Amino acid sequence: MVICAVLASGSAETMAEKAANEGILLLGNGNEPKALDPHLVSGVIESNLLRALFEGLCIEHPSDDSASLPGAAQSWSANENFTEWTFNLQPTGKWSDGKPVTAHDFVFAYERMLHPDFPSGYSDMLYFIKNAEEFNKGQVTDFSQVGVKAIDDYTLLISLKAPTPFLPSLTKHFTWLPVPSHKVLEYGEMTEPYTAWTHEGNLVSNGGFQLKKWRQNHFIEVERNPHYWDRAAVSLNGIRYFPVKNANTETRMFLNGQLHATYTIPPDFIPTALKKYGEQIMQETYIGTRFVRANAQREFTSNPLIRQALSLCIDRQSIIDNILQGGQKVAGSVTPPFGSYQPKNMTAFDPAKAKLLLAQAGYGEDAKLPELELLTTDSDTNRRTAEAMQGLWREHLGLRVRIVQREWKSYLKMRSELDFDLMDGAWIGDYLDPTSFLDLWKGGNGNNNTGWSDAGYEAILAEAELIEDPATRYAKLLEAEAYVMEQIPAIPVYHYNTNYFLSPTVKNWHPLLLNTHPYKFVELQK
Amino acid sequence: MLKAILSRIGQTTLVVFLLVSVCFFIVHALPGNPFTEERATSDVIIERMEASYGLDKPKIVQYGIYWKRMILDGDMGQSFNFKGIPVKTILLQSFPVSFQLGIVAMIFGCGIGMPLGVIAALYKNKWPDYLSMVIAMAGICLPSFVVGPLLQLWVAKPIPFLNIAGWMMPQDVLLPALTLGFGVAAYIARLMRGGMLEVLSQDYIRTARAKGVSTLNILLKHALRPAITPTVTYLGPAFAAVMTGSFVIETIFQIPGMGQHFIDAVLAKDIYLILGLVFFYGVLMGLANLAVDLLLLLINPRLRS
Amino acid sequence: MSTKSRSLWSDAWLRLRNNKLATASLFLVLAILFACFVLRWFLPHDPNIGNLNDKYLAPNGTHWLGTDQLGRDLLTRMLDGGQISLMVAIIATTLTVAMGVIYGSVAGYVGGKVQNVMMRLVDGLLALPFLVIVILMREMIASQLEIVSEFLVDTWGWKSDLVQRFSNIIPLICAIAAFGWLSMGRIVCSQAANLAQMEYVEAARSLGLGYWKILFRHIVPNLLGTVIIYATLTIPSFILYEATLSFIGMGIEPPNSSWGMLIKDGANLIETQPSLLIFPALLFSLTLFGFNFLGDGLRDALDPKTAKD
Repeated sequence: MVICAVLASGSAETMAEKAANEGILLLGNGNEPKALDPHLVSGVIESNLLRALFEGLCIEHPSDDSASLPGAAQSWSANENFTEWTFNLQPTGKWSDGKPVTAHDFVFAYERMLHPDFPSGYSDMLYFIKNAEEFNKGQVTDFSQVGVKAIDDYTLLISLKAPTPFLPSLTKHFTWLPVPSHKVLEYGEMTEPYTAWTHEGNLVSNGGFQLKKWRQNHFIEVERNPHYWDRAAVSLNGIRYFPVKNANTETRMFLNGQLHATYTIPPDFIPTALKKYGEQIMQETYIGTRFVRANAQREFTSNPLIRQALSLCIDRQSIIDNILQGGQKVAGSVTPPFGSYQPKNMTAFDPAKAKLLLAQAGYGEDAKLPELELLTTDSDTNRRTAEAMQGLWREHLGLRVRIVQREWKSYLKMRSELDFDLMDGAWIGDYLDPTSFLDLWKGGNGNNNTGWSDAGYEAILAEAELIEDPATRYAKLLEAEAYVMEQIPAIPVYHYNTNYFLSPTVKNWHPLLLNTHPYKFVELQK
Repeated sequence: MLKAILSRIGQTTLVVFLLVSVCFFIVHALPGNPFTEERATSDVIIERMEASYGLDKPKIVQYGIYWKRMILDGDMGQSFNFKGIPVKTILLQSFPVSFQLGIVAMIFGCGIGMPLGVIAALYKNKWPDYLSMVIAMAGICLPSFVVGPLLQLWVAKPIPFLNIAGWMMPQDVLLPALTLGFGVAAYIARLMRGGMLEVLSQDYIRTARAKGVSTLNILLKHALRPAITPTVTYLGPAFAAVMTGSFVIETIFQIPGMGQHFIDAVLAKDIYLILGLVFFYGVLMGLANLAVDLLLLLINPRLRS
Repeated sequence: MSTKSRSLWSDAWLRLRNNKLATASLFLVLAILFACFVLRWFLPHDPNIGNLNDKYLAPNGTHWLGTDQLGRDLLTRMLDGGQISLMVAIIATTLTVAMGVIYGSVAGYVGGKVQNVMMRLVDGLLALPFLVIVILMREMIASQLEIVSEFLVDTWGWKSDLVQRFSNIIPLICAIAAFGWLSMGRIVCSQAANLAQMEYVEAARSLGLGYWKILFRHIVPNLLGTVIIYATLTIPSFILYEATLSFIGMGIEPPNSSWGMLIKDGANLIETQPSLLIFPALLFSLTLFGFNFLGDGLRDALDPKTAKD
């Protein structure tokens, strides 16, 4: 103790202040990443790391969601109907080992991602490319037929299967990142997953930063990439990510000066914190929706009237105000409103009408209602929300709902087997377009998980796919939105909001809908 | 003596082998698939992932391969959850952390628990007894997820050189070790008190007392040795448990130890990581129990026959 | 034999009554049991239904200890949770003691190779990951339990809430007991091995007493002291097991409460709503103190050696 006291007495500054002086950003990152291979991951935690390490064709603007800045591509252009795109790569683009980043690396990356022998769970993000889906499913075996071509070392041609005006914003997603073919091949074959190429000491990347240290469950540190083409623009010397799982601990660490930004704030702490540390709390719209999915394969919940009745009993505002407490928005539609896409609020809290609908469905005053099972995960907030809805349904409909709380893998198993009546779940948009949400409810979508499908609904979506004019397309999609809200296979509860602490020393960090802050532009005030 | 130890090591090896074998088959029975994620993964992809880990082969073949790799190459397989990271790397990174934490926790545990227990026994049914037992009970009553946050708020926050959580500086070991040691101390105090009372009521102690031997002398020369038996028996498994970390304490104090893996691996159905952990824990437990038995022989020569 | 044992127990009872602290503890434990299992049903609130707008009320006339995160009455939830926690702990401890004493005393008394094999088996089982057992127990038992509880509800007209509440702790009890008896077995074994070396056991043996008679007449009764102390320690630790499982989201099914769950929820609110931690933790600690001092009293009362005083 004495030694510690002596050691510490020299410096009164906090860890965050010390790190700020060294230009190192300290971030809470929620959990340990599953991998650092862009083709093997699917989570937010991993994407935060990949965004520092790798750079796609386009990158995020620090404050404007709709803008796409030059990344690995210096410039790009499209044909008239947005189906052929040409990307001109940075002539000085280099991997962190000094090798140039070429169009072949991109072709290699997309081939690896789409290869039928490679177990990438997120390859459908590339299905916009012509023949990509067919190649991924083994229907086309020759990759040269897929719409990705290296015209020369620095020119990449991408042909799409349908008009996609928002392709540049898609290329910001981690599934579109390049990988260093020379390094991947050094540690194994192209289609060999789980090799050592991403381990500490081996990983070579093309972003503003390179991997320095990777300590399991401890921290991951990235440092400046000395070969990055735009290195002069990078202000930070490094970022240290802490996989802090316990949100209370994370908040305490921040308030004790050990972090510059947290991953989240425990809901119960938000009201107090807003009063005490108001200017350090970020509450930003995040493009995601929480649903209660209803199992359309089970008799009771297969009736849309009953699903509507269940929806009408959820006092969304009260759940937000009392449980979530983070300024989330009542979900009146499947897709959260953003930009020029503004669906109406199509839900309400109206228990009287709910009773009426229930009676219409054949369950009058004296009818015996079945007991339902609501499947949820082991998180505290989800448990509490489930308990609140359980109380509301019981109070207003006399409906007994049993909460089945399962650990992650059991939950996923029961979810995919449709082993539930109701299920608590969420969806976070992958890219800024309503289809990121509306496509979920197509019959063949692996993330549908409701057992509901409807030809009429899919017809509207198919029509929208062919429309080139963005405004008309949105109008069509709003039609689909209304359709799915009428049928309500999944009952939207709230639209997400991110809540986190951010130290005032962090500059040039602005609210973004996808919460993808480009670290390249972030600065630390000394 | 040496023969006994060797045969004991042989037994432990057999136990660990059986343990891992049993585990191999029961972890496969855990619900769910290790490769499912929030975002749906198609069955084809899951099959590919399973194949790349050799999970497509019959269980008994996988079992054979597991031991073959383990014995011939010392390879414990790769984690499913942390894709492509060898289980051995995970163990080698996390064990030293848990080990340091465990040693300090044991020092706290014994340092607090033993004196409390002895004092309580000496002053049986008087206030020092009650006070010690109240402290010990507090250690048992208060779960680490209460003690941890309390230490963070009441100790770490006001003292500038202590961090709330993390594993970056040498002093970061103190609070989690105290939390971990507090629970251990409670048990040690109770067992020590019980053992001591047992011994103090023995005839030879009464005789010594009647002869006028001082309390301290009785304690050190006659009582402590036999009284410590139950405590030592407890210390073996406790040591192995403390060394392998605690999920609660590691998540509250943000420590990269082994305890988190014990829970996370099971929740993620990370089969090879679970097996690696069980193997490691089994070996540690065997060694700890061996040490305990040797210690007991030293303490109680009558057992030697 | 029968007269002898009766006098042992009535002697013990007398000694226990003379121990003021132990008597007080006995009453405390009985009072808490009474409150949880009887008084609870006379409280006006439903432990699982609350008004969201009434959350975090301070203690008042209607809600004597205030309300929780969802506006539910804290006192009712504490007593309701007590039923679960106490049942889990007491049933699991009983199972543990039964299995641990039988297994441990046989192993310790027989000694030699048998003891070695039996103890190595315990070592092995102790190293199995607890959570795996919990999940598997739940998987295996849950479907059977559902059939039984449906039967109880449909055929015998039991209240479904009640049946569900108690049916979902059974896998938990099984899992905890399956683990708990191992350490008990170890401790009993080493104690029994000690006792087997004692002069009086040798004497009994030389008198030609049978194996089992010596075991149950001379070894097991002398183990009681250790066993009772250890059992009073296992009750709180089992309540805590359940709490730790709640910490990782594997505890009992919501909206039911348990002390572990309440304390764990309270621990997350230390900074903002400390009363939600303090009240449940207080009741929990009081119960444990009660069990503990009662255990001490029992041990002293039953210990043949202190009887000589």
